[in-house]
Amino acid sequence: MPVQGDYMGMMLTIEDLDQENLDFFRYCSKRDFRLQRGKSSGLLRYPPTTACPWTTDRNSEWVSVEGKGVVHSYVEVHHPIQPAFQDKVPYMIILADLDTQKGEPSEHEALRVAGNLMTADGEFAPPEMIKRVGIGTRVKMVFKDVCDEFALPHWTIDEDADQPEFPWRYPQE
Amino acid sequence: MTLSSISDHDVSSEKYLRGKYSICGVGETTYRRGSDASTRSLATWAISNAMADAGMKPEDVDGMLSYSGNDSTHAPWVAGDLGIRLNFYMDVHGGGSSTEALIGIAMGVIEAGMCKTVAIYRAMNGYSAVRIGGTGARSAVPITGDQIHHRAYGWQSAGQMFAPTFLRHMYDYGTTPEQVAGVKVAHSKHASNNPKAYYKKRYTIEDVINSRIICKPLHLLDCCVETDNATCIIVTRTERARDCIHPPAVIQSVVGRCCKPRIDMHYQHGPISTVAGYYAKEILWPNAGLGPEDVDITGSYDAFTFTTMLQLEDYGFCKKGEGGSYVSDGTIELGGKRPNNTSGGHLCEGYTHGMNMVIENTRQLRGDVDDTCPIGPDGRRKHSHDYSEGGCRQVKNVEVTANLGWAMPGTGSAMVMAKDHR
Repeated sequence: MPVQGDYMGMMLTIEDLDQENLDFFRYCSKRDFRLQRGKSSGLLRYPPTTACPWTTDRNSEWVSVEGKGVVHSYVEVHHPIQPAFQDKVPYMIILADLDTQKGEPSEHEALRVAGNLMTADGEFAPPEMIKRVGIGTRVKMVFKDVCDEFALPHWTIDEDADQPEFPWRYPQE
Repeated sequence: MTLSSISDHDVSSEKYLRGKYSICGVGETTYRRGSDASTRSLATWAISNAMADAGMKPEDVDGMLSYSGNDSTHAPWVAGDLGIRLNFYMDVHGGGSSTEALIGIAMGVIEAGMCKTVAIYRAMNGYSAVRIGGTGARSAVPITGDQIHHRAYGWQSAGQMFAPTFLRHMYDYGTTPEQVAGVKVAHSKHASNNPKAYYKKRYTIEDVINSRIICKPLHLLDCCVETDNATCIIVTRTERARDCIHPPAVIQSVVGRCCKPRIDMHYQHGPISTVAGYYAKEILWPNAGLGPEDVDITGSYDAFTFTTMLQLEDYGFCKKGEGGSYVSDGTIELGGKRPNNTSGGHLCEGYTHGMNMVIENTRQLRGDVDDTCPIGPDGRRKHSHDYSEGGCRQVKNVEVTANLGWAMPGTGSAMVMAKDHR
């Protein structure tokens, strides 16, 4: 059976043959962020895929990974495209480098995980919160349920972390 | 011979086709919003224009290639309408970066003896049917599987998907919004001298910076136009092209949908401020036997101002990180050292997923772009090379052009063409 849920008015579907995404989002629903680790390489990968990009190994195991990282880049949307986001602008999409495996296996590689900027309790960040976030901001993961067995990972400001005084933001506010 | 001893791009190989194929005909519909025509009708219009441009009859064309994203009409219907009997056709999925890739495929299938002449077209109602900006039909498509990792976050349109690359380039290299706006200034200047262009108004840096933010760092005027149109390019052997009406635009090398590692997101491998041209240039220049310094005109995929800057930089027209100054110091403008998108490109002329910049460079190589200069008794325009508003856009003494196609930061295509010197 496919897993399907309404999220913000969007119907999200994971087909029943899509084992990789079923597993990924099921772990998220248990508030357990897991990534596939290639059996032969020992390297984690994101998003879910069907083989290890470093070894072609099709065998992997799901490993719990700490949902903490730093903003590598972002999108700040002011003109909505999808109907579900009409009343959400401005909203932010964060591309965060996880602390885990950063700079491995080569210098510029990282597990860069996407998500919206949310408040700590999982609501879309208000404009004044968006203005505090830029490249370099430390973030931690929060989850938002879609339905049973299906939740999405998101990001919020890690208020306990040492933050840069001036994270890099696009010069025009 | 071991695998490792084989060069990736062996330029001495018999497969190497430098100079053997040419573009012999180009054509387009008008660029407009509200075509009042099906993509099938637009396609036959553009192809018949290209055939007339080449001086070809239906029996002279026996191959057809098209590309689309489930928003167009497939080749057999279009060919049938025009009375063309096909020995080969293929309809390919894709948008940007397809033009140069399909030109390469056309060369390959002719070389294989499968057909003699290939008409490549892109027909789309990009404004009035399937909007390229992603609103309407494209937003209504159900979100499944791998798409959940972006579309569920409101991360869907081209501008939204590319924005982290653009912002990171600003962070890594200090690129400013004012510098990048130089691309729109240049292309709008060129469009003002192009009677076909959808937007003919000239814009300033301030106009771009003061237009509303779509998604940072993109202002409205950093984004291309959505239009309804079809475009066609006819490829054949250079020998055969010499019998056509216009001098051939001779293909020196072509790269098709060259990718960065781990294409799924492009963002995993990094550096994300580097694009596919970094890899594509290692095929493009050696195969052409030329380098960026030999190029007179570039045609880059300007879905956004930033895409032009990133491509010019990664193909080596300037040093990495110096794209901002390169696109704002006059170099890429008509009258400058190496003009880019002399028709106005996607930002101003019309949006055709890469075709119109190749069409423009073909005409530039012929020395016969369709501006407002008067036509002489020999049927050729008397170009003034006065680039003031509404005037000429023909560049002097064009010998070599380069086209840089873009699907996304991680995928690109490219082509070098030269004037025929038989």
